[in-house]
Amino acid sequence: MNQTNGAVALESVDTASQPMLEINDLNVYYGESHILRNVDMGVASGKMVCLIGRNGVGKTTLLKTVMGLLVPRSGTIKLAGQPITGKTPDQRARLGIGYVPQGREIIPRLTVKENLILGLEARPGGVSRTQEIPEEIFQLFPVLKTMLSRMGGDLSGGQQQQLAIARAMMGRPRLLVLDEPTEGIQPSIILEIEAAVQRIVRETGVSVLLVEQHLHFVRKADWYYAMQKGGIVAQGPTSELSNEIIQRFLAV
Amino acid sequence: MSALLESLFGGLSIGSVLLLSALGLAIVFGLMGVINMAHGELMMLGAYTTFVVQNGLKKTALAEVYIFFALIAAFLVTALIGLLLERGVIRYLYGRPLETLLATWGVSLIVQQFVRTVSWQFVIGLTLFCLLFFGAFWILSRRPDFERIRGWVIGVMLPLSAAIAIVISFILGQTLKLAVTKPWFGTQGVDVTAPRWLRGGLQIAGGYQLPYTRLFIIALTVACVFGVYWFLNKTPWGLRIRAVTQNRSMSSCLGIPTKTVDALTFAIGSGLAGVAGVAVSLLGSVSPNTGQAYIVDTFMVVVVGGVGKLIGSIVAAGAIGTISYIIGSNALGPLVSFSPALKSFFEFFASASMAKVMVFALIIVFLQFRPAGLFPQKGRTVDA
Repeated sequence: MNQTNGAVALESVDTASQPMLEINDLNVYYGESHILRNVDMGVASGKMVCLIGRNGVGKTTLLKTVMGLLVPRSGTIKLAGQPITGKTPDQRARLGIGYVPQGREIIPRLTVKENLILGLEARPGGVSRTQEIPEEIFQLFPVLKTMLSRMGGDLSGGQQQQLAIARAMMGRPRLLVLDEPTEGIQPSIILEIEAAVQRIVRETGVSVLLVEQHLHFVRKADWYYAMQKGGIVAQGPTSELSNEIIQRFLAV
Repeated sequence: MSALLESLFGGLSIGSVLLLSALGLAIVFGLMGVINMAHGELMMLGAYTTFVVQNGLKKTALAEVYIFFALIAAFLVTALIGLLLERGVIRYLYGRPLETLLATWGVSLIVQQFVRTVSWQFVIGLTLFCLLFFGAFWILSRRPDFERIRGWVIGVMLPLSAAIAIVISFILGQTLKLAVTKPWFGTQGVDVTAPRWLRGGLQIAGGYQLPYTRLFIIALTVACVFGVYWFLNKTPWGLRIRAVTQNRSMSSCLGIPTKTVDALTFAIGSGLAGVAGVAVSLLGSVSPNTGQAYIVDTFMVVVVGGVGKLIGSIVAAGAIGTISYIIGSNALGPLVSFSPALKSFFEFFASASMAKVMVFALIIVFLQFRPAGLFPQKGRTVDA
């Protein structure tokens, strides 16, 4: 049963015509320490791909390099076939990468509404004063509607996480990059965030690159990559993600 | 009643000059965190721009309203120079406050000396040098092997263009004599005269006079403060500036062009310094050293108010202005006439320079108790 499911998933990933994200032979250093070693990976169009691995194996570094916050020493990154390795983060955002970083990074002294409006900056034309927040955002995260005029920095961790995802979705990205969206958040909100991300994928067809520790959430993805010591050591459809693999790459 | 009004107005007028000159710095230092020691020189350039505009419009029908053209010109000129300063120097030093401090201090000395020595000969030589050097650089940079010969290009073109420029400007100086070698402004101060409708003052009860120039500066300050608030809170670029100053890397991940925002923010802060320069030129003679007289005061206003808070700068400028006036005019003297010791103490400080000593001493004491200023950043995100 599992086998057949896996085969179907594998096939659908492989036959996707143009991968949304394609990373080839990526090497990233912090100063002289070698963090990412010859990383090859990809995100098929419209799929949700999860990156797993213990703390400190380079998952966040990989996402930061995809976003352009870190500059690789060698290797290429392509977004929908277009090379973006030399582009700055703001150019990448405007090309359609929505980034939800670890620690949320809500702009603290701006209101929730202003934080959301800033998400429009990734679209042509950028922010505009008269812009209203589309209703879809509130359908995803109803809690935001009641706190539009509060300061972003005064929200709780879970609310900030929802705001960060909503902010990224305001830019209508082609690729959504999520870095541990459930880290340090109470269980009931985790389920809400999971449901929202799944709904986003279903309704907008956005491709997702996710770093996650919660197995429950990991299993919602189509494909997984396991990282160890800065390299990709295993990959496959998440339906084939056996307890043995989890023991090897995730358990402490 | 009249005494109260007088000290209120006196404090307000000192405070408005302080606030106007500190407003640009509140943006550049308060929001961006750049310690710009050349801020005073930007004011000085604004004041000289006023002088130039005044002389340019002297014989025309616009002579009576030259001040409004001077405001626009001073804003544009200093904003442009601020833009050059940011693109040419400061952007390489973000996150390195000590180097920024030294570099901008050097820039301030260069600007002062530039104003003293600038003449047609100097301008022609400088323009020639820039045309030759950057022109050659631009032409050669289109060659495919430019990166390899870059060092050679600089090594050859720099002395060559400098030599050509120096020789030509020297020949010009020899042939045309004083017509090109006479400094535009010189080391002496120049005087800006207020338009006729700004001379004199408003008579109020008790024989006290409110000078129109002071009223004009207060109105200008209010207009600038509202302008800055409107820009920062109501326009898309204001929103971008607020986002970038709070979280640079996340702002760029959202698609905000942070380098453009930096340049724009710095240009606006510099332009406000130019507007302050117009106000300063109405208060007295303008010399190349004018800026130095204001730089310490402006930093004081921003630090006392709380770095990063515009409202803090406004309150601090008002408070420092009022306290300076009260101490400087010995307004407390009559109130303490019961004690000869206190009376002579206040008389000792009753001059503009001694009042400054007293104010700075009070600021030092104040910062011992409120190190983050009047309006420190609050909330759970302070240390983020």
